[in-house]
Parts: sequence; structure tokens; C-alpha cells
Amino acid sequence: MSRVVHIAANTFREAVRDRVLYNLIAFALLLSGAAILVGQISIDIERLVVVNLGLTAVSLFGVVIAIFIGIGLVSKEMEKRTLYTVLSRPVRRWEFIVGKFFGLTGTLVVNTFCMAIGVFAALLYVSHKFQSSDAWILVALFFIVLQFLILCSLALLFSSFSSPLLSAVFAFSLFVIGSSAEDLRGFARMSHGLTRWLATGAAYLVPNFSALNVIGQVAHEQPISGHLIAYNTAYALAYSAMAICGAVLIFERRNLK
Amino acid sequence: MSGSRKVTVAASMLLLLSLASSVLLLRRLDQVRSHATLEEVLFLNSPKWVKRLSLGYDGLLADIYWTRAVQYFGSKHVAAAGDYRLLYPLLEITTALDPKLIVAYQFGANFLQPNPPEGAGMPDKAVALVEYGIRNNPDNWKLYYDLGFVYYYMEPTNYPKAAEAFERGTKVPNAHPFLRVLAAQMAQHAGEIQTSRMLWQAAYATTNEDLIRKNAVAHLRALKVDEDITELEKMVARYREQTGVLPSSFNVLIGAGMLRGVPVDPDGKPYILLVDGDIELRNPKDFPFVVKGLPPGYNTELPKPRSR
Repeated sequence: MSRVVHIAANTFREAVRDRVLYNLIAFALLLSGAAILVGQISIDIERLVVVNLGLTAVSLFGVVIAIFIGIGLVSKEMEKRTLYTVLSRPVRRWEFIVGKFFGLTGTLVVNTFCMAIGVFAALLYVSHKFQSSDAWILVALFFIVLQFLILCSLALLFSSFSSPLLSAVFAFSLFVIGSSAEDLRGFARMSHGLTRWLATGAAYLVPNFSALNVIGQVAHEQPISGHLIAYNTAYALAYSAMAICGAVLIFERRNLK
Repeated sequence: MSGSRKVTVAASMLLLLSLASSVLLLRRLDQVRSHATLEEVLFLNSPKWVKRLSLGYDGLLADIYWTRAVQYFGSKHVAAAGDYRLLYPLLEITTALDPKLIVAYQFGANFLQPNPPEGAGMPDKAVALVEYGIRNNPDNWKLYYDLGFVYYYMEPTNYPKAAEAFERGTKVPNAHPFLRVLAAQMAQHAGEIQTSRMLWQAAYATTNEDLIRKNAVAHLRALKVDEDITELEKMVARYREQTGVLPSSFNVLIGAGMLRGVPVDPDGKPYILLVDGDIELRNPKDFPFVVKGLPPGYNTELPKPRSR
């Protein structure tokens, strides 16, 4: 277990060294600019704009980081030949994969935490006080972190057998498809026969990001049910575990010579 | 068993377990969020904005919104809902994204006008949607037919507008000849059942959309029942005139040579002849739009007969 923690810590350090957290500067500029702008315009939707823009930015920045860092986690180590040094020590291949996953996830959690502070600061600037419904923003942020868990695991899965470019294409495509997963299941329900079976199978296999997107709801101060929080958490954990298992199975069999 | 093999077996088992769990959890999520996707339409319900945000992929987005509209109506209809407030915004966005999607206008004409639970009870919106369709597809005669249909089934029926809509349709190249007949019938206000039958037959023939077709079939079945019962009641009245008494059963009418056999409804179930000479349906629930043959006080909670 300590080996997994070490690999995770190294992955986190490497991401920081790669200046991944520099995105926070862009985020801070974007949000403070938007807060000042909507604060001056004052069209009664300041809170709405800040919540929508802030959470969307948290999500998009994180998605880009998850995909572009995740796809290089294995291939970059192979390219630099550092993977062989790691695996020549008493480190199992599955430990390498799991460690990388936790390292990247940790990076994104820290990144999201910093951005969340920015969102609440901008909210305070435009609203001058917090209200009880702002607590739902924390739930939306938690769901965004769950999205990152799934995306990191998928990026790692593709990275375990494909080139970085193709991995990015696969991961991004799944993100787009998964964001419309409920519509995909809607299409499946409307089809018939074999097509229906195939479409339903595909609809259940792609990740469901739409259930994890509650930005619109929290922006309109609508509550999120406890059931949704519980099921989304369990779903994200189960889906990530599935993708990580896939990555482990592929990486275990991969010829690294 | 080697270490690598142990990892493979454990990872495979965990993969299957997590796959099964994620499918089960997804099903639970669907139940928790049964209308979540559709409710999000309320957050962005301006067709112009949706079109701008589609970044040129309006066709695909129109298909998605069209699917949502059909699913929204279908799920609400099954539950006999009394509120279809999202149907118009969904169809409005769909047609703004793809103004050539004729089936969306036909769907709106059929299901925006009737009162709940058969529709949204928004005849004005139905007219607005179909008129928008006509503006964007002036050469499609089916839309003029749909517009006339909406005016005909308004309460009260707007005969002049219905006649005008059918008349406008006759001027479109390759328009179906029955538009001319319908325009004339609207102008005369004549032959209600025949006109209704013609309208529903045309509604069935001019679309491939399953819900519209099923709705048309349900109305045609109801019209058949209404017509049968009207004829049977006339027959009973005629028998009474001739003999001075009411017939005690259909066999009496058969014996008198007025009927060839016991009359049956479109499902093959015999009609019931009551002691007071009235005719009743055996299973009125199977004919949601009938006007005649219903037990007293039966339809208080059902949709107003014949409204679309």
C-alpha cells in the first residue's frame, strides 16, 4: 500500500512541477473579471452568472487537466524510460496504475479546492453575503470531482494501450457522449429489436456524466436530493473501479520490451 | 497461482462486479432523475439562445430535442398527466433548430390542442407552432391540413378558420385532393362524423409517427362506436314506433329482421341493450373518446370526447 501512496505522491509532485496548477491563475482572472463585470451591470442575475460561470469553469479546466495529464501518465513514463526503473524495483504493475490514478485525482482535488474558494469569493463579492442555498454549490463541486474520478480512470485506461493522441480523442469523445448519456438512453428506448439491445448496451457502458451535472439546478437554488448524492457517489466509484480494473488487466499483459 | 495471474483474476472479478454495479446504479439514477433532463429545458428555454449555442450543429440538437419532446409527452401521457407545460417549449426549440422537421409540427397539432390528459390544452400554441411551420415550409400541404385540423377541434370549432386553412392548402402544388373536400365541408358545417372520420384517416395516413397514429386509431374506433350506437338507437326507436313496446334484447330486433346478428363494438364485444332502450358499451375504458354508449356519469374525469 505504501508503494501506491509513493507513486501517487510522485505523480502529484510531477503535476505540480509541470505547472498544472498554473491554470488557477487563468481561472482567478476569469472569475474576478466576471464578478466585477456582472457586479457593475447589475441585471439581477449576478449570482446566477457567477455560479454558472464558476462551476462551468471548474468543470472544464478539470476535464482538460484530467484528459491531458491522464493520457500521458503511462506513455510518458515509457518514453522517458522511467517506467522500467520503477518496475525493476519491488513495484507491481497494478500498484503503478492505481498509484498514478490516485496521484492525478489528488492533483484535481487540490485544484478544485482552490477553484472552489475562488467561486465562493466571487459569490460573496456580488451577493455581499452567503445564503443557505449556497451550500448546494458544494454538492455541485463534489459531483464535478466525481466526474474527474471517472475521466482520470478512463484517460488511464486508454493510456495503458494507446498513443497519447488517440487516448485524448477517446477520452474526450466519451466525455461528450457521456454528457448526453440520458439522451442516448432515450434514443435506445425509441429504437426496436436488435438496435434497441445494442443501443441500450452502449448507453449503459458509456459513463453517465449528465447525472453528475447539477450546475443549472444549483444556480437556480434548487436542492439536490440525498438519493442522488448517494447514487452518484456509488456510481462514480463503481465506474472508476471498472475502468481502473480494465487498465490493470491491459497493463499486466502489455509487453514493455 | 503466480502473482500476475492472481492480479488478473482479482481485477477481472472486480471489473465484472463494478460493471454490474454501475449498470444497477444507473437504473436507480434514472428513477431518481426521471424528468431531470427535461426540466433543464426550463433553464435555457429561449429557442434563439439554444440555436446560437448549438455552434452550427442545429440538426443534431434538433434531433435530441425532438426525442425529448416525444419522450416527455409519451411518459406523461402514460401517466394520464394533467400538466404538459414543457411540450410547447420543447417543440418550439426543436422547430427553431430545424424548421424543416415536419413531424414536430404534426405532433404539436395533434397533442398541443386537446385538453389534458390527452394533450396540453394549448390550442393557441398549436396554431402558432403550425403557422411557424407553414412560414418555413409554405409548399408542404400537410401543414395546412394540420392547421385546419386544429381549428376544427377547437372548442368551439372555428369553421371559418378551418375552411380557410384547408383552402390555403389546396393552392399548394401537389396538394392532396381531399383538402378541397374538407374546405367545402368546413364551409357548410355538414356531416360531422364523416368529416371527423376523414380527418382522422388523413391524420393516420400523413404521418409515420407512432403516437400520432395511435391517437388517430383511437379516435377512429370511437367514431365507429358513436356511429354504431346512433344507428342502433334509431333502430330501437323505429321498433317502438312499429310495435308500441321497446325490444327486450337484440334477438327481438334480429327476429324482426332489423339486424342480422348481435351488434358488436370494434373489439368484437357485444353492445348492451338496456331496458329503457339505450345502448351501452361493454368496456367503455377501451374507447377513451366515445360520446355515446357510456354509463351515466361515467366520463366525468375523462377527457372531453372528441377533443384532440
